Amino acid sequence: MRFDPERAAIRFGCGLSPSLPAPKSAEAMLARLAGPDTMAESFPIPGFQAASAIALNRRDLRKARKTAKTKAEREAALAGLKESRVATRDNAAEWLGHTLLRRALTEDGFRERLAAFWTDHFTAFQLGGPLKFAQIAYAEDAIRPHVAGRFSEMLRAAATHPLMLRFLDQSRSAGPNSRAAKKRERIGGLNENLARELLELHTLGVDGPYTQQDVRQLAELLTGLSYGAKTGFQFRPGLAEPGAKTVLSVDYGGGKPRLDDIFAALDDLARHEETARHIARKLAVHFVSDAPDEGLVSAMAARFTATDGDLAQVYAAMLDHPAAWAAGPGNVKRPMDFIGSGLRALDIAPAHMPTGRYRAMRTMFFTPLELMGQRWGRPEGPDGWPEDDPDWITPQRLAARLQWGMTVPFRLKKVLPDPRDFVETALGAAAPEPVRFAARAAETRAEGIGLVLAAPAFQRM
Amino acid sequence: MSSAPLSRRLFLTRSMALGCSLAASPLVTPVTMASAPWDNRLVVIILRGGLDGLDAVRPYGAPEFAPYRRTLLGGVEPGERDLDGFFALHPALDPLMGLWRAGELGFAHAVSTPYRDKRSHFDGQDLLETGTPALGPARERDGWLNRMLQALPGLHAETAYAIGRSDLLVTRGAAEVANWSPDAALPLSPQAERLLDLVMHDDPLFRDAAQEAIALSRAGAGAMEMEAPADSAGMMSAMQDSMRAGRSSGGLEEVARFAAERLRAETRIAAYSIGGFDTHSRQERSLSGGLDALAQNILTLRAELGDVWGKTAVVAMTEFGRTARANGTDGTDHGTGGVMIFAGGALKGGRVVADWPGLAEADLYERRDLRPTRDLRAHAGWIMRHLFGLEAGLIERTVFPGLDLGADPGLVL
Repeated sequence: MRFDPERAAIRFGCGLSPSLPAPKSAEAMLARLAGPDTMAESFPIPGFQAASAIALNRRDLRKARKTAKTKAEREAALAGLKESRVATRDNAAEWLGHTLLRRALTEDGFRERLAAFWTDHFTAFQLGGPLKFAQIAYAEDAIRPHVAGRFSEMLRAAATHPLMLRFLDQSRSAGPNSRAAKKRERIGGLNENLARELLELHTLGVDGPYTQQDVRQLAELLTGLSYGAKTGFQFRPGLAEPGAKTVLSVDYGGGKPRLDDIFAALDDLARHEETARHIARKLAVHFVSDAPDEGLVSAMAARFTATDGDLAQVYAAMLDHPAAWAAGPGNVKRPMDFIGSGLRALDIAPAHMPTGRYRAMRTMFFTPLELMGQRWGRPEGPDGWPEDDPDWITPQRLAARLQWGMTVPFRLKKVLPDPRDFVETALGAAAPEPVRFAARAAETRAEGIGLVLAAPAFQRM
Repeated sequence: MSSAPLSRRLFLTRSMALGCSLAASPLVTPVTMASAPWDNRLVVIILRGGLDGLDAVRPYGAPEFAPYRRTLLGGVEPGERDLDGFFALHPALDPLMGLWRAGELGFAHAVSTPYRDKRSHFDGQDLLETGTPALGPARERDGWLNRMLQALPGLHAETAYAIGRSDLLVTRGAAEVANWSPDAALPLSPQAERLLDLVMHDDPLFRDAAQEAIALSRAGAGAMEMEAPADSAGMMSAMQDSMRAGRSSGGLEEVARFAAERLRAETRIAAYSIGGFDTHSRQERSLSGGLDALAQNILTLRAELGDVWGKTAVVAMTEFGRTARANGTDGTDHGTGGVMIFAGGALKGGRVVADWPGLAEADLYERRDLRPTRDLRAHAGWIMRHLFGLEAGLIERTVFPGLDLGADPGLVL
């Protein structure tokens, strides 16, 4: 099997659309990816610093409430806090609306899928509070610009991002013999959270050739990575552990603490053979199959190593391999893929989306995503969302998918397409006969649409 | 997908086709259950993130304890909530002191799975749930609870429940386990159900999950009573209602309530997970949330189980413990030995079972972690041996391959 436009749109893009063409070739997909990020322009989401301004403002308001001397001051602070909470909510509604519209309206679907993949690979998030949806903003500046660049660049961007430093406790870690530790008793030591996940999740993989000693040494090397709430990333030499560190038998630093020593270690990890293999396999599992063809993985890993982690080249190796185009059943769509491709098949336009209305966004998207098992922007842990198909298709999670398909399209678009046409636009030439039959036999249009969206032929990629 | 869950699901569908609800099916009446060889109940709670056993159950009697952990204690005197003169309870577990005094709460300390050295949450949890000495290929993993079920006679569709939104490895496998969440529902009109069956038919993963969802929803295994809607319009409105309700339900307390409701009926084994134990920083605050959730969950189980609590064993276990010393950010990093928590009227609580290794630096595992002196699978194994009358050989070969059960810790009354 080789390139097929419909399969390309479904497996590597955001699905089929009645009004937007499927990609014509792998070269065309990669050319789009190399071009401008037009969806980010049409449906903007602010970067992390803009998003964290709300958090800063919230902090000031809390302080103002505590120190208020008059009733009026107190009430003003309380009103401000309420406004701030509403703003967090409304922003999230807009960002989710824009994320979904990007999927519904893009001609560069591979980019949206890659952005989701890499955001998940470099999972960082905040569970609650004003930064509850910070992952979305983080992805916008740490991940999205790098999806077609070098892996080492994305690794640097993610590993030094304020949200990552916060999420994996790095910004609070200090060398036991650092200047900061000597001056103040409270700051006294190391936290190995980021170091461990860098090795286990971001680069080598859990079966990689590292030991607890490497984790420890890398944790010491990473000390100094920090950020300011207003200024963003900062390297603070005062937190850094003095002396050389040895990670995977290579020595780093030794002189005055320098950010470049950390970058040198990250670059070496980025180009490690085990990293190449880990990334290649993870991409193949995500896009092609839970049990990918070994030849496909090897070809991608080899390209990764040969090009020093040029991701566009790794994708080219994937799209060039016959195993990538094997006939279905492909992977199960994750809930965001399912909803995004559903909206795309329904030809949803910005006017259909209740982007500015939080409550409507909650009942139609936030809650259903949670019930399907993919709480938006907040996975369960630093390993991100599961890849195994059976994880997603439990009875309770599948019930949420079926309910969404039966009810939400009608709420979004009062004039639904004829299910007999919809089955063709949503599934393409490969539409199975039983699904065509169900679309004809449904009692109502909404039910017919729901049945098509429920079909494994639509739920899989 | 193996064929065993299929046959159960076929059974579910057939019982629906006969027009009787699951609960009323003659095959699963309480009478049948009473004659089953086991009337006891087991609840397995997976604590995700690596619970700090040394903080949950504090060995304040060890001279190294306070110096290692001063920054984690939040001003609480070591020894407050004393258990036995050596161990004391974390403040957030205070609501469980009554259970301790009643002999219905106990701990096994300095325990772990066979997992060592890499200290990865994800591999650690998988090993905890597979119950094997090492991890095989990801796609071939099945859970130890499931392997136990495969060995038991008289199983039916509701004998075991995996509860919550996420898939649990500990119950995954060839034996029949119901997967459901208290906030889930799938009300379908008869016509929609027929057509859904048609579109799902050729894909076993989807077909089986859909059939089970329909059956469990109809059996009322959820927060809402779900009558099958007569037509498409009724179905849409029932679905809208259930999606709206889904927003506010499905929390941990509801999980305990749901588990208790099932356990009072035909269910004998329930499993679910509680997250939030990965306390790398500000542990004093971050751990309290998780422990409080666990305490409330256990108390809800006891309250809702009523008389059945007397036949119940609750076992809570985690992938690994944490470092003996606090780290530089008022938390702890991934470690090895930890604590296992057990509660229930069927158990002999009021004690901390441990072959205590000591906390002096030379006694620690790799000079950093509490040294595990017993495989936590042995404790779980002995509980199942007594609760369900399992053969020791079955436990050591099939449920927990490679395990040496060792001496009976006598956890079951």
